[in-house]
Amino acid sequence: MNGVEGFMYPNEINLQWSVLIVLYPYITGLVAGAFILASLVRVFRVHAVAPTYRLALLTALAFLIVAPLPLQLHLGHPERSPEMYFTPHSTSAMAMFGYVYLWYLMAVLAFEIWLDYRKDIVLLSQSSTGWLKRLYSIMTLGSLNISPEALKIDDRVGWIVTVIGIPSAFLLHGYVGFIFGSIKANPWWSSPLMPVVFIFSAMTSGVAAVMLIYMAATKLRKLKIDIKCVDTIAMYLFYIFIIDFGLEMLDLIHRIYEADESFRSLNFMVHTRLYFSHIVVQILMGTITPIVLLAITQLVKLPEYVRKRIYVIVGCLVQVGIFAMRWNVVIGGQLFSKSFLGYTTYKMGLVTREGLAPAIIFAILPFVILYVLIKLLPPWEGGSHGAPDPASNPVH
Amino acid sequence: MNLNRRHFLIMLPAAAIAWEHVLAGTPENSPNYNTADHWWGMLIDIPKCIGCGNCVRACAAENDVPDGHFRTWVERYHVTDYDMVNPQVISPDGGKEGFPVAEEDAGKYFFVPKLCNHCADSPCTQVCPVGATFVSPDGVVLIDQTYCLGCAYCVQACPYGCRYIHPEKKVVDKCTLCYHRITKGLTTACCENCPTGARQLADLKNPNDPIHEFLKTHHVQVLKPQMATGAKVFYNELDGSVR
Repeated sequence: MNGVEGFMYPNEINLQWSVLIVLYPYITGLVAGAFILASLVRVFRVHAVAPTYRLALLTALAFLIVAPLPLQLHLGHPERSPEMYFTPHSTSAMAMFGYVYLWYLMAVLAFEIWLDYRKDIVLLSQSSTGWLKRLYSIMTLGSLNISPEALKIDDRVGWIVTVIGIPSAFLLHGYVGFIFGSIKANPWWSSPLMPVVFIFSAMTSGVAAVMLIYMAATKLRKLKIDIKCVDTIAMYLFYIFIIDFGLEMLDLIHRIYEADESFRSLNFMVHTRLYFSHIVVQILMGTITPIVLLAITQLVKLPEYVRKRIYVIVGCLVQVGIFAMRWNVVIGGQLFSKSFLGYTTYKMGLVTREGLAPAIIFAILPFVILYVLIKLLPPWEGGSHGAPDPASNPVH
Repeated sequence: MNLNRRHFLIMLPAAAIAWEHVLAGTPENSPNYNTADHWWGMLIDIPKCIGCGNCVRACAAENDVPDGHFRTWVERYHVTDYDMVNPQVISPDGGKEGFPVAEEDAGKYFFVPKLCNHCADSPCTQVCPVGATFVSPDGVVLIDQTYCLGCAYCVQACPYGCRYIHPEKKVVDKCTLCYHRITKGLTTACCENCPTGARQLADLKNPNDPIHEFLKTHHVQVLKPQMATGAKVFYNELDGSVR
């Protein structure tokens, strides 16, 4: 009956959070991860990944713009969502979303991108014509001074913004993890490790996404991929992924060893309804395989073209694996009864308000926005693959 | 307009109907009700419940509960011998039309009516992003449906599965302990329609309420006490297998 096995409380049979809520942590994760990659260049002065610096920032912005849209569509009354800003409930983790989001969008990401591009914007406002000239003029915000002294100040402020941005990126995604991890009614979610796992999985997916986008964009521009850059990204990806996997395994082992009252129910779920998405897709395909592939690139000296192919495969597998992780958290957390006596089924609609079609649109939309952003604010300099390297600036 | 006696008499019934509509649109108020004087809960006497489903039907009729969703429901437990971890539980259509005859003789059968526990430290009100759901001063967990976003975070946070998203209103809905009735000195629809008195509204602030004597003299428990929600629906002779 209704895909129910065993006993569910009668109100539990239909899932409340759909694939759109799966997209939300996935997209915010990409934002946080992309920003962390950008901060590697700016704050930690990893020169090798400089070609991805501006691209990472634009990627983060494109995904951040889309992040709240699946949430809006999910709400029963989206027109009331501004109430979260005007009358936030102080004890609600979700109430802080608006503020964390706005802080990250305006105070960190938009500000940093503006500072970084200010000189380009001023020059573009002078060289372009028509509506583009008007647009660039507006984007200068009236700040037209591009003297070396002014740019020095831009750079210094930009560095400070990035330093503030790193904990903000952690806050953004750690907070998303807290939304789930703080629900004591749900043992699949309730864990203090959840925010930390979310942060590291975010870094994994974001770094891998920027790596893929960089490789694809360079290929499309018919330029040579900077192998030193992707090698360095892959190395960081490997280490972050190991930490992420370690944390997830710690959570898993802890649950298995403790085997509390929910264990039998959750264990059964993982071995039945969640087997494919959790064991096969998330762990085997999306985690162990890319970790092994990355380990091979770290340990064995492979030719350049093989490494590049491996990185593309790893990047794609990471996206699949992290998306599966979000799926297993959000959907998995609703498949079992809080009575621990039964299981329900998630039936995803196709062309419904919370179905597959809007989910696909929200997954594609960031790339459309990124395309527009790249056209508007080219992240590469003078046709070569090298974007300006803020790490090489001696002002820090 | 020239109104003669004949026309006036013809218009009287129409005016009466119109007045009734005006009254129907006026929010109910209870001028003699003071929230500070009450602290509401409920007593469920499990041995008295016969699983007739009267409470579920009465609740649905009183509160216009949509089909397939429940402000209250009844579960039937079947526990064999020592296996308390795996009770066989059913609640066909929330127990609205009663239960099929039990097939197995082995073990014990009993009914457990469920509803919102009107927790004093309620996890659902804690997570609401706009405070649309709240604990009233008289201890009832209520929802301002004109303010609710319909995000369903509270549905996830309730350990008892008492909340649902109303399919037409697109906001959250759940038991209000018939607040519109109890503030007028009436009992809830479910209590009023229970033929055995298995459900009794309890005012914990009223020293004369029989609940005090009952709590002192019976073995009473709340659901999922480990959740520390301050649940105020008290169950007499609650079996350890009940979730």
